[in-house]
Amino acid sequence: MTTETTARSTRSAAQRRSGTARRTGRAGYWWYLAPLGVGFLAVVALPFVMNVYFSLTSWRGGIAPATFIGLDNYARLLGDEEFWRSLYNSVYMIVAIVVVPTVLGVLIAAALFDYIGKQFGGRTAAFLRATYYLPQIVPIAVAGFIWAWVLDSQSGLFTLVLQQLGIQDPPDWLGDPAIALYSVMLVLIWLQIGYPVVIFMAALQRVDPELYEAAELDGAGWFRRFRAITIPQIRPEVFVVVLTATVASLKVFAPILILTGGGPEGSTVVPSYYAYRNFFELSRVGYGATIATVMSLVIFLAATVLLILQRRSDRQENR
Amino acid sequence: MSLTKTPASSRNTKTSRQARSPRAPWRWIVLAVVGIGAMLTAAPFLLLVLNAFKSSSDYSQNGPLAWPTTFSMQAFEGYLARVDFPLALWNSIVISVVVAFVGVTLGLLAAYGLGIGRIRGSTAVVAVFLLATMLPHEALIYPLFYGAQSLGLLNSIWSIIIVFVVLQGAFATYLLSSVMSTVPKSLLEAAALDGANRRQVLWQVVAPVLRPTMSVLVVFFFIWTWNEFYIPLVLLADPASQTVPIALSTLRGQHSIDITVVNAGSLLSLIPTIIFFVLFQRTLSRGVTAGAIK
Repeated sequence: MTTETTARSTRSAAQRRSGTARRTGRAGYWWYLAPLGVGFLAVVALPFVMNVYFSLTSWRGGIAPATFIGLDNYARLLGDEEFWRSLYNSVYMIVAIVVVPTVLGVLIAAALFDYIGKQFGGRTAAFLRATYYLPQIVPIAVAGFIWAWVLDSQSGLFTLVLQQLGIQDPPDWLGDPAIALYSVMLVLIWLQIGYPVVIFMAALQRVDPELYEAAELDGAGWFRRFRAITIPQIRPEVFVVVLTATVASLKVFAPILILTGGGPEGSTVVPSYYAYRNFFELSRVGYGATIATVMSLVIFLAATVLLILQRRSDRQENR
Repeated sequence: MSLTKTPASSRNTKTSRQARSPRAPWRWIVLAVVGIGAMLTAAPFLLLVLNAFKSSSDYSQNGPLAWPTTFSMQAFEGYLARVDFPLALWNSIVISVVVAFVGVTLGLLAAYGLGIGRIRGSTAVVAVFLLATMLPHEALIYPLFYGAQSLGLLNSIWSIIIVFVVLQGAFATYLLSSVMSTVPKSLLEAAALDGANRRQVLWQVVAPVLRPTMSVLVVFFFIWTWNEFYIPLVLLADPASQTVPIALSTLRGQHSIDITVVNAGSLLSLIPTIIFFVLFQRTLSRGVTAGAIK
């Protein structure tokens, strides 16, 4: 730090002499970064490092002694069926949070912007957009409880309505290991759909209307215009949505905790929930920290891969 | 349902509005599909409202789709008897307001140092902050829990405030330092010529230029912090410090609870969000538009 500061002040002194620099040196700007920087070290950097250290220990938490065991937790993780299942379930989370909402989102946004906005007026489109967006701003706990009620096997909405329709034995949406994961996916799609719709609609506003007009004059139908103009034009936004949604889908926690608690029979367990259980229910802090560390690596890796793909496709575009 | 009108009325609108497409039925089909999708999205909320005002016997006898036989506040009373909702509301407001304003302010300061001061390694610092926004909270939670415990901040709203000021501040730094380059150089040079010092440049030149972005950030930080679940769940176990969503989540796993009570609790917890949504709808959509936030 000190050598850095001196280096800084000599350079700024040189700049001052050259006359291009402002009245004072650059070193003073560190003070602007300091409040957040100190907080960041205390609340993010240090806890992260501590968590990595915990992952190298066997520790039951609290005042219990922690023993250093090296990479044993990681070795155990490799053979832990429940962990692999949680990772495998993350693929379903990606389908429910990334794939389905992005595809539906492009279609809905195009229909709203291109069709409904022009045919029925901007207010109708804006109202429908707001409706799709609503689940995005509702607290996840509230959304979870609403769906826990809708899907409840005893007195839930689906069950009672199906019974009224004469179906004697409606499925146990969250209690049947064969369908619980799909019920959770339905909730996640509902939660997520508004995000791509809003972003893609905004992106479409950027597109030059003349492109569409020219294509229309050339006799291109709606679908051809959609494929040839809409999709390529909003590609940057598609990448943003895919990146953020992928990161979010690897972190899913609250819906699982509230809807299923990872059950039935572990069919809906996800990594974050598995880490939580190890931390706070099973008192296996070291092991929980291992899961959390691996989760972070998986997320960083996924984000890096997506960013590289984006850069590569940008380059192809420019060629 | 009223969206799928008869074809006759479609012909009227078509002539009056000079439709682009000659295939009139299509526009109604598209509207119907998108409208039904929106209705399905809104349905859980509407049904929640419908069922929150029923007595539990009414609910079990007439089912979830029937209109309430009598308007009953029984379910709300049941929820308020279990949860100190006004206190939770107050906690949520304090936490979210402080985090939103302090987070954006610290983000502005940091982004100013990084963007205008061009501290060495500023790109790396911004990258680290961006990485932090992707970090799963699971990887921080046990040390935070432990740290809060040893500082006596467990079950205090200040633990949440400190954590989220930093996390949201990191995001604000990332976003504001990318917008910082839009501050016109000529403005900065003119201010320097006028003899403005750094602090004056920040508050009188840079801050006004960035104000639209900052106001969007304040709105988003408020709502993100309000909705935050994982870290408050762990750090705020005591009912006196709980936020609105965490107070609701205490009903989890209590199977003896009547389902209408859960509905009333969900609805009560939803109302502040809906009010906020209506008030700031424009800012929210502008925000998502502006930087593809979140």
